Amino acid sequence: MSRPILRAERLSKTVRSGDSPLVILDGVTFAVEAGESVAIVGASGSGKTTLLGLLAGLDRPSSGDVWLDGHALSGEDEDRCAALRQRLLGFVFQSFQLLPALTALENVMLPLELAGADDASQRARAWLDRVGLGKRGHHYPRQLSGGEQQRVAIARAFSGEPKLLMADEPTGNLDNATGREVADLMFRLNREHGTTLVLVTHDLDLARRCGRRLSLSAGRLVGDEKVGSDSNFQPPAAPSPEGEGKLESDPTFSEGNRGLSPTAG
Amino acid sequence: MKTFALALRMLRRDWRAGELRVLVAALVLAVASVGTVGFFTDRVKGALARQANLLLGGDLMITGDRPLPPAFAERARELGLATTPVIRFNSMVQVANAPAGGGAASAILTDVKAVGAGYPLRGSVVLADGPQSDGRAAQGTPARGEAWADFRLAQRLGIAKGAKLDVGEATLTMSEIFKSEPEVAGVVFSLGPKLLVNIDDVPATNLLQPGNRASYRLLAAAPAEATLESYRQWLGGELKAGQRMENVRDLRPEVRQTLERAEKFLGLAALVAVLLAAVAVALAASRYLRRHLDAAAMLRCFGTTRARALALFVLQFVVLGVVACAVGVAAALAGQELLVHTLRAMMDAGLPAPTWGPAAAAFATGLLLLLGFALPPLVALSNVPPLRVLRRDLPRPRVAGVLAYALGIATVALLIAWQAREAQAGAIMVGGVGGLLLVAALAASALIALLKRLPQRGVSWRFGLANLTRRRFASSLQIGALALGLMALLLLTLVRGDLLASWRANLPPDAPNQFLVNVLPDQADDARATLSQRFGREIAFSPMVRGRLVELNGAPLDTTKYKDARARRLAEREFNLSWASALPAGNRVVAGRFWGADDRGDAHGMSLEDGIAESLGVKLGDALTFDVAGSRTTAKVTSLRKVDWDSFRVNFFALFPPGPLDDKPASYIAAFRAPEADQGWLAPLVRKHPNILAIDVGEVMRQVQGIVERVSRAIEFVFLFTLAGGLLVLQAAVAATQDERRFDAAVLRTLGASARQLKSAQIAEFLLLGALAGLVAAAGATAIGWALADRVFRIPFEANPLVWVYGVVGGAVAVAIAGWLGTRSIARQPPLAAIRQLG
Repeated sequence: MSRPILRAERLSKTVRSGDSPLVILDGVTFAVEAGESVAIVGASGSGKTTLLGLLAGLDRPSSGDVWLDGHALSGEDEDRCAALRQRLLGFVFQSFQLLPALTALENVMLPLELAGADDASQRARAWLDRVGLGKRGHHYPRQLSGGEQQRVAIARAFSGEPKLLMADEPTGNLDNATGREVADLMFRLNREHGTTLVLVTHDLDLARRCGRRLSLSAGRLVGDEKVGSDSNFQPPAAPSPEGEGKLESDPTFSEGNRGLSPTAG
Repeated sequence: MKTFALALRMLRRDWRAGELRVLVAALVLAVASVGTVGFFTDRVKGALARQANLLLGGDLMITGDRPLPPAFAERARELGLATTPVIRFNSMVQVANAPAGGGAASAILTDVKAVGAGYPLRGSVVLADGPQSDGRAAQGTPARGEAWADFRLAQRLGIAKGAKLDVGEATLTMSEIFKSEPEVAGVVFSLGPKLLVNIDDVPATNLLQPGNRASYRLLAAAPAEATLESYRQWLGGELKAGQRMENVRDLRPEVRQTLERAEKFLGLAALVAVLLAAVAVALAASRYLRRHLDAAAMLRCFGTTRARALALFVLQFVVLGVVACAVGVAAALAGQELLVHTLRAMMDAGLPAPTWGPAAAAFATGLLLLLGFALPPLVALSNVPPLRVLRRDLPRPRVAGVLAYALGIATVALLIAWQAREAQAGAIMVGGVGGLLLVAALAASALIALLKRLPQRGVSWRFGLANLTRRRFASSLQIGALALGLMALLLLTLVRGDLLASWRANLPPDAPNQFLVNVLPDQADDARATLSQRFGREIAFSPMVRGRLVELNGAPLDTTKYKDARARRLAEREFNLSWASALPAGNRVVAGRFWGADDRGDAHGMSLEDGIAESLGVKLGDALTFDVAGSRTTAKVTSLRKVDWDSFRVNFFALFPPGPLDDKPASYIAAFRAPEADQGWLAPLVRKHPNILAIDVGEVMRQVQGIVERVSRAIEFVFLFTLAGGLLVLQAAVAATQDERRFDAAVLRTLGASARQLKSAQIAEFLLLGALAGLVAAAGATAIGWALADRVFRIPFEANPLVWVYGVVGGAVAVAIAGWLGTRSIARQPPLAAIRQLG
């Protein structure tokens, strides 16, 4: 078996809350192999997001360690973690986190530019095409619907061709139908690029589409179930009426589904 | 390199998003205001320096109140220096045989300069054939029997080349008109027109009678500095009282001093604009911090190191700063050109081109300001925990309170110290402005509180007012800043005009408007009789003897011990001594006893004006010795007087009883009121007694007023920057509250408010803000106007209602426009977008 791309070893996070320490994560240990898709599930406050932050090196554990592609994060300073993130990770967030001052295209370009890519613009354009927003590159986030914004965010996350994609409630701010479409897109790209996916969600439907589910409760890992060894390559567990096929077959897709509000323009 | 290119791209995107406009505007304003003043004073100083050696017409000038000993020139020649004598004096000049009552002025008080062959030794007299002509350097000097007049004289006399002029008892032909001559300080605001004559014609004018006020000069020019230095050293031991050696260094200290004071004042006025700009920069930078938290967290999340994130932000700001400062310098170049244009009429000669010095200083000001206030937020920004991308509830990185502004405040303190050149003046200025701002802000705060208590009508007004009250501290500060700018402008325009008019209206109706000076003793009776007959009342002539204070209580007077420049000047120059048998009108004895009507002679001492006694450190009972035309007169101070100088009467610092000065060379002086329209009395009098000088107070007043007007226009111009600064603070504050406003608007829209209602609520808020600022400004301007009238000019003060109208209406309109420009997008924004963006 190959080296796991992500490994957590007795990961704990304690914060001081008033006088008493508050344990958020308590001895979480697991490993993720390259190409896996893992959903971290749990109720609100179970420590999912904290765990994701630790896995990405965005935060420091109180004890324990994280290995990203074989590199232990505990020994690294923030800047080295940053360098690892740049090389390995892509992110999709619940609140999209597009920069409002940048157009869709520029948002996608940003990580490429930061990595010093000379062809940032072409690559970003290509990625916008792939998420069905090729014609909307010059639009600002405020001119895009929620679903469209999240698709831009997905293009941004994949544009750097990361080994590992981390997603934090990627459909949390979207209505059901749009959320499904965005999830379809994410899983499709994930599959096409053989990216490893670590997804934090409390949406069980979404979690079911991952090959593996880690359940957190009160900071402890209480479940680790594989849906199927090759589930990553299976049709979604809960196929939507508007399946993935539609993405490719319906050229009006990008215009057809607006997210939360009719705010475009 | 990549980082720089990326920073540029990020900057372009931010600029496009309109995030940086207030910041840039504040920087441009700061640089423009400092630069304008810097360029202007630098050019004026440059003109002084450039002209310094030309100014004298030689390398060295010796001046004396009496003819200089021939040894001065002989020694110079021995050493190989070129010399030429000059006599400068005032005289009435009129067109010979002109019919009385012609269109042009009849006799004009003129600055006459009699020059010898070789004048000037440095520089040249520039002759011109018309006001537009560039001029040509004159060859030689006026020949005997000829005179060269400057433009102003020719114009006022209404004459052309070839006209005959009466100068004293001589009649000269005006053979040339000149544009400039070396001994014209570039920026000296000389009052009288000028006439150049041949020095050999001076005796024929018969003007230089004993007691005259002519200045006798010797110009010297040396082939080498060493020769000049040896002459200078020799001369040092030869100079007597009343003789001075002037060279480039100590040239016109009063001009230099005045200029330095003006520079300081204008500089500090510009600094007020910089202070306001600093507030705007601070507000804008903190807004930038808030708006870029997500971007910064995202950069970090994408794997940008802290150092690189900081580099990216700082590079953007540096580029932004450089561009903004460059724009500011360009604006300053335009601004100073305007300033020069405004003051052009007061400058005899052209100014040198602007130099890079002030540009660099202004540039540095802008960059310092930017980095001082922006660096702490930028550092904070680069320290945003990347976890923020997951956890929006993380506390915002705050630049620790005082520390955040410590760098900025230090920067501003540095700027002030640099601008004021001395700590005290800077502290006073900043304290003054700070105090005014505080008072204005407190007044605004009180007014807001008062408004809240009034019955509220209409939803727009209620919301507008609610917005002001909610941000009461910020509102008060904005109102204070705006009020400061408005107040300065009100003071310089309306209040100044009112004060001047009021002062003029309060001059006693019989205040003299004509002074006759240089009347010789044997002419006094005739002049008195002629004028008394003409005006149907007795015109008083006072005797005047010039004497130098040489001893105080028997010890030689050491003028160097006077620290105060004014006291030193008073002690160094000749006093006008007079005698009177009774205390003159408008004089009041404050110490000692004034002599009786029949008292004569030395036993009764002398009377000194209270103010000068204090300046010179002279007390009652001190013995003063005056050198009058070579002989000494000593008298004890027996009384001190207060003199009402405002009366325009003839007054003297030093008064003697009749007797002690009787045998000294005296001239007479008279002050009286002649009807404005009646100029006919002058020409016959001057024709009969050509040495008499007539000073038309009205004419002098008009000239002074012209200067005051131009200068205050220049100051107004600088204070426009202050107002702009106030508006910028408003803009920055509006921008800082933009998100809050957007959210409010969205909620209001959701609750059913129309875009129109939102708009009018916003306009109401700014109208109120502006009106309050105007109110505070008008109150401040009125208060200062009152203080000036009551304390300085001692005239009754009449409040001008227009001050309030202009203040309140002007303030309201200006601020409403500025505010509306800053918030107009808010009402248009769809409510859901706002809520979603900010929620």
